Amino acid sequence: MTLIDMRDVSFGYSRQRQVLHGVSLTVRKGVSVGLVGESGSGKTTLLRLLLGLARPTSGSISFDGEKLDISSRGFMRGYRRSVQAVFQDPYSSLDPRQKVRDIICEPLQSLRIPGFHGEAVAAALDAVGLPADAANRYPHEFSGGQRQRIAIARAIVARPQLVLADEAVSALDLSTRIRIVELFKRLSQTMTLVFVSHDLGVVASLCEEIVILERGQIVESGNTRAILDAPKHPYTQKLLQSVPRMPA
Amino acid sequence: MTPLLSVDGLTLKTGEKTLVSDLSFSLGAGERMGLIGESGSGKSLTAMAVTGLLPKSIVPTGSIMLDGQQVVGTPERALNGLRGSSVAVVFQEPLTALDPLMKIGRQVAGPLARRLAREGRSPSRREMERDVLQFLDHVALPQPERIANSYPHEISGGQRQRVAIAMALACRPKLLIADEPTTALDVTTQAEILKLLDGLVRELGMALLFISHDLPVVATVVDRVTVLRNGRAVEEGPVRTVFDQPRHDYTKTLVDAARAFDNALEGTA
Repeated sequence: MTLIDMRDVSFGYSRQRQVLHGVSLTVRKGVSVGLVGESGSGKTTLLRLLLGLARPTSGSISFDGEKLDISSRGFMRGYRRSVQAVFQDPYSSLDPRQKVRDIICEPLQSLRIPGFHGEAVAAALDAVGLPADAANRYPHEFSGGQRQRIAIARAIVARPQLVLADEAVSALDLSTRIRIVELFKRLSQTMTLVFVSHDLGVVASLCEEIVILERGQIVESGNTRAILDAPKHPYTQKLLQSVPRMPA
Repeated sequence: MTPLLSVDGLTLKTGEKTLVSDLSFSLGAGERMGLIGESGSGKSLTAMAVTGLLPKSIVPTGSIMLDGQQVVGTPERALNGLRGSSVAVVFQEPLTALDPLMKIGRQVAGPLARRLAREGRSPSRREMERDVLQFLDHVALPQPERIANSYPHEISGGQRQRVAIAMALACRPKLLIADEPTTALDVTTQAEILKLLDGLVRELGMALLFISHDLPVVATVVDRVTVLRNGRAVEEGPVRTVFDQPRHDYTKTLVDAARAFDNALEGTA
């Protein structure tokens, strides 16, 4: 089943600065997709369009068969419930003055989801591997990796269909990064993940499908394993060759 | 032979807090060593201590002998003589390492002029301009004239890092410290910069102290590594031995994590 269908989408911050050129991609339910590109490739802009934070200059995006219409309140309320995000920097993406419980509760409150939220928060904390008493503490009491777990708990608390992660492990140390990648891998069994990253190793660990962006265009996309084993586009080949490896 | 750099029992403290504890290592002329560690391990502070650039609030004890001169407790004036001739640094973020208000050509000319003065030479303005262009060309910057006439914001991140390397090379230091020099760069640019750095260090016979959290990156440029954790060295040795047979649990965690991502790429996970 198609969750996201992006057709021939272009976007520019101004007429001179076109960032995306005719991008078409499909995200199917349950199939995690990695968006890979270097700085200036347009991957963050693509994510902003998917989050409904900007409108394509041309082309269309639909979600679950319905057109993504950011001017329609009704659509956007349902969309926000279905699509949540995790950002790169766990230090700036959590409000330092709120307790973890309130941070995680926020999507439930802003989406006006009725019911007792304590249980949902406890379940989300449990799902990301944090103890229940973390709810009563503040973000500064946690390490970078734990903060990213809190951000992930906030993203999954309303049980979205799709989680968009923007370089969500790039700011973490290696030993922490591998554990958060494991967490995402586990979560991707119950929800669809679109994972934006410049790190091919991380995407290879997490995503079944991969989309390679270069200067606002998709140069190659498809099954991750197939593309990494036999990259066709020269840019994908160069990207893959550039990744430093451990000595054999 | 006395090593070029000899760090012995280095401890760095701020107030009651110990940031680096009893660290010892040495580096001979032309040798290449990596300092590996995650955030808070003290790897960058160690580099700053070697160059005598620690913030005033951090107090070093122990000994750092660089090119026959004690660094710990030595006044700034004496250290200035070491900087450039004995040691130069390439930092992580080239945008903050360069003066935003000065054209690239003038920035590279600064350290070059100081080195030439040290060598008792006073080149004409024309010769200086020619030498600056040569250095920019040496770090494989396209159109050196245009780059020399540009401000830092007018060139790309990779080009800025090449300029920073050109400035460090213009000093002809015996030891080059590279502190996460490719962390802020894209992966394809990183590969180019590593290759460049590797080639230049070999060509000019400099010693290299390479600081990074990225194990595969370190492995591409150094022969020996020291692994730091919370300000302590937990393991050191030839890079292949440490990465193939890590003895300390922490090193093992890092190596396993790095290999897991490699295996995912190769499809052998």
